[in-house]
Amino acid sequence: MSRRRRLEDDGDDDSRSQKRRRTTTDQNEIEERLESLITRVGEKSTSSLESNLEGLAVVLQADLPNYKLKIISILRECAVELPEKLSVYTTLVGLINVKNYGCGGDFVEDLWVHLRDLMKANEWDKARTLTRFLADLVNCRVVDVSSIVVLYEAFANVTLEEGIPQVRSDWFVYAILSSLPWVGAEISEKKDEELQKILNKIESYLRTRKKDHVAMLRVWHSDSPHPQEDFLDCLWAQTVKLRQDDWTHQSLLRPYMAFDSVLCEALQHTLPAFTVPPHSPDDSFYPLPRVVFRMFDYTDAPEGPTMPGHHSIERYLVEEQLSCIINAYIKDRKECAIQLVSFHGKAKVPLNYMIVEVVFGQVFNLPQAVKQEVAYTALLLELCKLQPGSLPQVLAQASELLYERLDTMNLNCIDRFVNWFSHHLSNFQFRWSWDEWADCVSMDLEMPKPKFVQEVLVKSMRLSYHQRIVESLTNPEPFTPLMPPKPVPVYKYNEEGAGSLPGTMIAHKLMETIKARATTSEVTAVLDDVPNPTQDPDSMEDESTFNPLKIDIFVQTLLFLGQKSFSHSFSALAKFHDVFKVLADSEESQIHVLKMVRELWCNHQQMICVLIDKMLRTQIVSCPAVVNWLFSGSMSGDFTKHYVWEILHATLRKMSKHVGKITAELQEAREKAQKKKKSMDSDDEDSEESDSDSDAESQIERLQEALETAQSEQKNLFLIIFQRFIMILTEHIVTNENRGVTFHTPWYDYCIQRLEQIFLMHYSQVLAYTGTLEDLVFTGDTDPNILKVFQQFRSLSS
Amino acid sequence: MATISRVDRAQELGSYRDQHYRGTISQQEKRLKNSTTLYVGNLSFFTTEEQIYELFSKCGDLKRIIMGLDKVRKTPCGFCFIEYYAREDASNALRFISGTRLDDRIIRTDWDAGFIEGRQFGRGKSGGQVRDEYRTDFDSDRGGYGKAALRQLQTLDQNMF
Repeated sequence: MSRRRRLEDDGDDDSRSQKRRRTTTDQNEIEERLESLITRVGEKSTSSLESNLEGLAVVLQADLPNYKLKIISILRECAVELPEKLSVYTTLVGLINVKNYGCGGDFVEDLWVHLRDLMKANEWDKARTLTRFLADLVNCRVVDVSSIVVLYEAFANVTLEEGIPQVRSDWFVYAILSSLPWVGAEISEKKDEELQKILNKIESYLRTRKKDHVAMLRVWHSDSPHPQEDFLDCLWAQTVKLRQDDWTHQSLLRPYMAFDSVLCEALQHTLPAFTVPPHSPDDSFYPLPRVVFRMFDYTDAPEGPTMPGHHSIERYLVEEQLSCIINAYIKDRKECAIQLVSFHGKAKVPLNYMIVEVVFGQVFNLPQAVKQEVAYTALLLELCKLQPGSLPQVLAQASELLYERLDTMNLNCIDRFVNWFSHHLSNFQFRWSWDEWADCVSMDLEMPKPKFVQEVLVKSMRLSYHQRIVESLTNPEPFTPLMPPKPVPVYKYNEEGAGSLPGTMIAHKLMETIKARATTSEVTAVLDDVPNPTQDPDSMEDESTFNPLKIDIFVQTLLFLGQKSFSHSFSALAKFHDVFKVLADSEESQIHVLKMVRELWCNHQQMICVLIDKMLRTQIVSCPAVVNWLFSGSMSGDFTKHYVWEILHATLRKMSKHVGKITAELQEAREKAQKKKKSMDSDDEDSEESDSDSDAESQIERLQEALETAQSEQKNLFLIIFQRFIMILTEHIVTNENRGVTFHTPWYDYCIQRLEQIFLMHYSQVLAYTGTLEDLVFTGDTDPNILKVFQQFRSLSS
Repeated sequence: MATISRVDRAQELGSYRDQHYRGTISQQEKRLKNSTTLYVGNLSFFTTEEQIYELFSKCGDLKRIIMGLDKVRKTPCGFCFIEYYAREDASNALRFISGTRLDDRIIRTDWDAGFIEGRQFGRGKSGGQVRDEYRTDFDSDRGGYGKAALRQLQTLDQNMF
């Protein structure tokens, strides 16, 4: 509305503009009401789902003439975003289509376009959900069978494309197989020949498919007691069995069955041919393959309904539906637990076992847990609260099984098991039947079982305190070799025999000085008296030379005085930051600082972790220094302790956050500049802006440089890590082979898996440097046992 | 499009508002909605900074922890502030840690508008938290009986003889 018009309206027309305003608010209100009605249908309600659906269809019928586009867009979003209510919405669309054929047609055409858009945007999970939705629309008489067959044919033809990564064809095959249980019966009844052809194509694809990725992605290295199968192989076996059963199964909610008499009168839509977006080497990213997690079978749950077998489609469908619920509700753990235990198919399966298996499947998923690990801890606690009489027992049984199978468990997953188990116990007063695990101390303490118990005790102590953990072991005596020490500092200048140490006198003097609230310069003055053991005393004083004794005295004394809490130690670091910067001016001296931190706090792993975190953030030490220290001889005794890897991964994470931050800033600056350019192009030529234009350009340039520096630092860090790994592993292999004994020791199994973990935990970062790694580190000269890890990593996305 | 919003505990602000906040209610709420700081309550007086660090680190890197102190005795009095680097990590702490146990106590967390020097001290008359002034039950992890109960006991004592 133009200004003039408003002025004219000012007088008597006030009521008219008010009315207009009211109309738009009315419209907004109606749209909001539609959103709420549609998105909430299928939630808990006092009336039946069928009557709710019927009622809603009537309401929408009335609003369709005026709000068709809005209704279609809400339904499209529900189809993609609410997979746990899939059949609720397909039924609703079926009911709308019966009465309003035109609208049904517009909707499915919209979905057809949207499916392609999702694929182009690499939204593969959503595209898979939508494929399943389209398949179920056949059951609701909205889409005709031939349309879905055409879609499947287009998908199956991707397996014949040449020069594409396997992950691409995998996705299309998975999209067919994971929706087929919804619509298999319909297709086989009406288009059996076509279905055969599609399935034959899939079968021949699966026969020649590479499976190098499986070794890296399986939770257990062994197929006993349960096979750990590639996800497509498993789903294929389930599909074959389903076909033998004439595509009948009982695992899905099918609300449209109740409306059969209405829906059978509907006219169905035939959709145009579907063109799969082509592969683009630079812009297409596909989901990684998976290995199906199995920890239970029917013998584990002897009472109640039988657990479906590994190759029964019910197993897959229940898992899928439970996963949908978890993904949908995880941010509200109470609601999530309620939804899980009220699963519609609970009478037909041992639900608690299925839930626990699905939850652990997500926790142990490789390379990453599906959600944050702590989310699952919270969910399991909630489930225990909700089913106190049954779930804790299943969880205890699961813990026993996991413990029994530790010897072949992937080390990544053992870490997650340690974290979950100790955190879970901390919510149950650390009560556990420890005695049953006491025998693990009689084996080599580097074996997975004693290692596991040891790490659980350490983590439990970190959540609690030493005395408490000792007392929680009803019989602590056998666990003595695994028990973490009391977390007290070892200040070497107070230990017995300290008198003979060089520097003890100065250390005590320094302590008095710091206690007397000394300034940085006063502390420096005290340290100036320290002789340099690496130097000839008569030679010329050189300020910049590395003086290990100075570092010994300063780091030990300062941090010993800050022992009371993390905050005290952090304040000490902050106050004497300048002294650190002067003393630790080279990588060699930084490594020595780290060595002193560890010596002082060798009984308190958590303290070492947080101190190094702060030292990295305040740039007292650099990332390469931390890595080289971790691989140094002084750390070899702790090399198979979890905290070492905690520090390493935290260091790598900090590095990639740094790279990520600059990348985001650069992106933002570029977008801003582009927007500006666009608006200037549309405006008249305006030379005034050129100043800020060059400002923006120089900012982009600066960020680009910063990004390049950060990326080369990151690459360098990975190079150091991989080179150090290759060195220690090769040395181990050669030494043992020369001695004529096997190199497959517990130590080797541990370390080679830690190498694997770098690839998995920092997957996308390492992926960016694959070429460099292949040229410089993992070459033909590398020991084949070590090279294998790199090749498996490469196979994940190929 | 924001049609579908999933239930999310971290999106809601609790009902508690710091009564000593300097600024308007809407300023306060705006800060709460962008904060990376959490208030943590119902801690045992014996729970250490280290334990809190361990538990809350499960959601992401912590910037700092400020232990709540009794303003007279300068000892922990059952609450703390936790500052994360990232808002999302703090959200996860609200979703997944609030309402679970630490040192056997169900701890409670809430958004906080950001730590200001002085707020680490208890605001109760006796130095601790206000809630411990008016409590009459016995809570061995929080200094035994509440101050109200102790006062009650004293009056009873005097009345008996």
